[in-house]
Amino acid sequence: MKTLLAIIVLLPFLGFLLNGLFRKHGTYKSVARLACTTILSSFIASAIVFGMLSQGTTAETVKYFDFINTDSIKIPFAFQIDHLSAMFLLIITGIGFLIHLYSSAYMKDEEPQHYARYFAYLNLFIFSMLLLVLGANYIIMFIGWEGVGLCSYLLIGFWFKNDNFNYAAKKAFIMNRIGDLGFLLAIFWLIARLGNANYADVFANVHNLSQTDITAITLLLFVGAMGKSAQIPLYTWLPDAMAGPTPVSALIHAATMVTAGIYMIARSNVLYSAAEFTQHIVVIVGLTTALFSATIAIKQNDIKKVLAYSTVSQLGYMFLGLGVGAYTGAVFHVMTHAFFKALLFLGAGSVIHAMHHEQDIRKMGGLKKYLPITHITFLLGCIAISGIPPFSGFFSKDEILAAAYEKNPVYWGLGVAGAAMTAFYMFRLYATTFLGKFRGTQDQEHHLHESPAAMTIPLIVLAVLSVIGGFVGVPEVLGGKHLLGEYLSTVIIPEPHHALAHNTEYMLMGISVAVATIAILFAVSHYSKKPQLEDATGLGKVLENKWYVDELYNTFIVNPLNALGGFFKNIVEKSGIDGFVNGIGRFVNYLSRQIRLVQSGQVGGYILMMVVSVVIILFIWIHDGEIYKFLVTKLF
Amino acid sequence: MIPVLLILFPLVSGLLSFFIKDEKTAKIWASFSSLATVVVALIAALSPADLSFDAAWLPTLGSRFSLGMDGMSKMLTLLTAISFPLVFFSTYKNSYTNSNSFYGLLLLTQAGLMGVFLSTDALLFYFFWELALIPVYFLCSIWGGEKRIAVTFKFFIYTFIGSLMMLAGIIYLYTQTTDASFALKSFYNLHLSISQQAVGFWLFFVAFAIKMPIFPFHTWQPDAYEQSPTAVTMILSGVMVKMGIYAVIRWLVPVFPAAVSEYGNLVIILSVIGMLYASLIAIRQDDVKRLIAYSSIAHIGLMCAAIFVKNNIGLEGTMIQMFNHGINVIGLWIVADAVEKQTGTRKISELGGLAQKAPTLAILLVVMALANIALPLTNAFIGEFLMFNGLFQYNMVIAAVAGVSIILAAVYTLNMIQRVFYGNTVSLTANAMESNGYVQTTLIILVIVVIALGIYPQPLLQLTKGVLLH
Amino acid sequence: MPIQYYIILSMVIFCIGIAGVLTRRNTIIIFMCIELMLNAVNLLLVAFSKMHYAASLNAPNHATVGSEGQLFVFFIMVVAAAEVSVGLAIIVMMFRNTHSVDANFLNRLKN
Repeated sequence: MKTLLAIIVLLPFLGFLLNGLFRKHGTYKSVARLACTTILSSFIASAIVFGMLSQGTTAETVKYFDFINTDSIKIPFAFQIDHLSAMFLLIITGIGFLIHLYSSAYMKDEEPQHYARYFAYLNLFIFSMLLLVLGANYIIMFIGWEGVGLCSYLLIGFWFKNDNFNYAAKKAFIMNRIGDLGFLLAIFWLIARLGNANYADVFANVHNLSQTDITAITLLLFVGAMGKSAQIPLYTWLPDAMAGPTPVSALIHAATMVTAGIYMIARSNVLYSAAEFTQHIVVIVGLTTALFSATIAIKQNDIKKVLAYSTVSQLGYMFLGLGVGAYTGAVFHVMTHAFFKALLFLGAGSVIHAMHHEQDIRKMGGLKKYLPITHITFLLGCIAISGIPPFSGFFSKDEILAAAYEKNPVYWGLGVAGAAMTAFYMFRLYATTFLGKFRGTQDQEHHLHESPAAMTIPLIVLAVLSVIGGFVGVPEVLGGKHLLGEYLSTVIIPEPHHALAHNTEYMLMGISVAVATIAILFAVSHYSKKPQLEDATGLGKVLENKWYVDELYNTFIVNPLNALGGFFKNIVEKSGIDGFVNGIGRFVNYLSRQIRLVQSGQVGGYILMMVVSVVIILFIWIHDGEIYKFLVTKLF
Repeated sequence: MIPVLLILFPLVSGLLSFFIKDEKTAKIWASFSSLATVVVALIAALSPADLSFDAAWLPTLGSRFSLGMDGMSKMLTLLTAISFPLVFFSTYKNSYTNSNSFYGLLLLTQAGLMGVFLSTDALLFYFFWELALIPVYFLCSIWGGEKRIAVTFKFFIYTFIGSLMMLAGIIYLYTQTTDASFALKSFYNLHLSISQQAVGFWLFFVAFAIKMPIFPFHTWQPDAYEQSPTAVTMILSGVMVKMGIYAVIRWLVPVFPAAVSEYGNLVIILSVIGMLYASLIAIRQDDVKRLIAYSSIAHIGLMCAAIFVKNNIGLEGTMIQMFNHGINVIGLWIVADAVEKQTGTRKISELGGLAQKAPTLAILLVVMALANIALPLTNAFIGEFLMFNGLFQYNMVIAAVAGVSIILAAVYTLNMIQRVFYGNTVSLTANAMESNGYVQTTLIILVIVVIALGIYPQPLLQLTKGVLLH
Repeated sequence: MPIQYYIILSMVIFCIGIAGVLTRRNTIIIFMCIELMLNAVNLLLVAFSKMHYAASLNAPNHATVGSEGQLFVFFIMVVAAAEVSVGLAIIVMMFRNTHSVDANFLNRLKN
């Protein structure tokens, strides 16, 4: 197991090193082959590990070396392989491989050097992500956590000549850093209380922590998750992150990295189950994010922005699930979401590729007949995300909503409202893009073409997974077995058995499916015929401008900090501290200029001064006793 | 005997260097003699036991020429030894007028630094402290930039006031010892009242705070870094600021335990204010060198705070961070110098798009910059992680406030990368090229050290393991 | 003769010397005033030497008592002679340059 895990992790790293160091010497073929092979091998190894675990091999922790080992703290560099991490391994390497394959065709326009750079970054990302899910303590997780943040930064800013992309990359990194600070503080808190941050030790010692400790630690961890998984208030980086190449958006900003926060909380479910207050916060933040970003998605016109806000919204659902204690449901949704959202992004990529990097859906339309495979797979993705049975999204979303209902029907109601919006904006997107008439230029229409096989094969695979992926978690009420739940039961404390009556559950499902269907029908009928999308007004304009949140942040956080920096730099530093220091210099200078006047050059004057001084010294010498007494009594 | 060699090698080769006529010979002489020092320092670092040396020096005063070498000294002498050849190598293509004196003075500085890190006698310590500083005055005032005279003057006033206060403190302690000795041991054995400790504490602290520097004693630093020739800047920020931190650990905290408990909180708050203050200023800096200078102030603030929390975890972090910060900041200076050499400017606003012209340099800079913001798997992460841990165990709120500097560090560092290296080329960078092989080789060595120590920091941690607060 | 007479005499001579140095501008006169002060000290030294010798007549080994004072007198005379030779040389040089022996002209080192 030790070597197997090392292989899984190190292969992508090897790919990164080789492609990165020899980026000037590789051809398109060699680079793509190397990158894809390493990930594929990693995937096969992961599948073996996954199989071993489902055959009954017990979870284990393997230690490689001492990362930090001092008298006061010991942090091993160790991996923990259990059912949860094995499942994430599969998702990461599996979808990772498909996206590598897709990229090999999608990125062909780049120069060979940059092509190699792209794959190097992508491999490094897989490596960091694997570290994140395999780490046996929070520090190793943090290493992967920051590593994926770095790769995300590098990949968003992949086209570094464009300054807007660079700003987006920087924004992503800094927003993530804000979350990371929370994560770090949580680690410090754990170390201060328990002396280390190994999962096993932490979870075994939960009862030794006070309630305040648990609440604070879980809240701080959640701040980290907010940053990485783009929750309110740290979500604004994710839509901007769409500046990166589309496959990157699919892999990092939809399928894997942004779900790291969910992984973290699911991993720490022991802690979270003990912190009721935090769970409330998680629910509130998750639900608000889900609704808030869904409203924004309704009015976006950039194909990737719609998907981005949809991702934020779906992540909100996952947090809702975590908050109500449906850890399995959240992880389940991570999996199905990875399938259909990767599919949707890759489909969008295929569209963008065909449209020569045009992303505005107002200039698309009627692409159905030009891109048949993309169209079908995209449609399947849309249905899956809208939660129509028996597609995968239905099962996972239903599980979360049922758990929410159990906790509080209001949560459920809001969740269904969000689901309706999801269905609406997805089909608005679908209808404007694929139905109706083409609205672009003739030149564009002339060049429309279906993408090459390297791009369509991942689409088809993901479409199949999106359709059937839900069957690993069929709820009991529908006569199924929750395979995933059983699989994860060793890691995640089983949730209390569903107390809902079967009829209630049928009713809940019925309502959510019905609402989604109505939304879909409305969206399709409304948008498929329209020749042109009109400009938004009123509330629509506010939505189109994302509730002006970016402007708000700029006005209230960024600009004041900048001004403060300027104030320190120009006023405090120059006039304050330097003024004081230079003031001392000037004062000494002035004093010496005054004292210099005493040196008149007249010999007589010097002699007179000498005589006077001698007289004074004699006087003091004779009367020193009295002078001392006088000084002590009168002055002090 | 090894500790003496560490001082003797640079001292003798520095003095000899003044007699070399030709520039090239002077460079080669300096490089090779500094490499010889590295060998000695490595031997010392690898030897398991503590080394020491003792000989009569000024018997009438009770001062002895006594050197001691524990883990921390080994690490810092190693840093001193390594950084000089790196500096010489990376600036190999720079030419200086009177280069023999330039290299001679640098080597004398090295001798002084070695002495500071080795002496266990206060008077000897003071002697080396000045030996390290005085050549720097000359280096700045002769080879510096346009405003060099004014800046050197400011630097001199600051450090000299500090030195005098320290001398006063040393003499004060000397009069309090029972055996009329300057030895570190006798200082440790002093039994001073609270008010006596307070006097000594502030005399020493101001001296060391100026050297580190800690807010608000720092304003000499950005000017000095900006105006000095880059080789000197590297030494100043890479090694010389460690004098202050080292001195606090060795000469301040153990000697005045009561005063440290009394004023430690104040010092920590001051350091944390300094961290945020310097980070905010760094965000608004337009000059690459000044930006690095302020970033360095922020990092040093954390190290100072982590000493005064008085728990071992913070101290362990500070000790390895001294080494790591030295390596990282030298790397940043090399890049800054390379950029200036290629484009003729240090103004961030006038640069852009260098990554297209110099991709290798860009990659190396990005790695060094990531180390500067303490990304995991770079060396700085280990140190900062431990230091923040120490700070957190001391006071959660202070640690959280100090943590904001992690975010600010990302802001200014990424700003710099973006505006210098990314985007489209501008007129000044249109004809830029990759920097020369010496610069690249040095940077690659540094990058390897950064990552190696980031993944496996045990050697450093082991080296400083035994050195704990007395 | 009581020692007070000597002290008062030498104080008077010394003060005349000081007053002369302070008030006169002619370098030669200043020089003579300095000699006056030196000689006042000489007088005092000899007087005290004699006094100590006389006071210790009954003590054993009294032969050398007070001789240090007289030794110093010789020292001072030698120094004074050296000083006169150097000083007069300076004054001669000064006279050649400025055609004056006024001490107030000696402010060329100012500035």
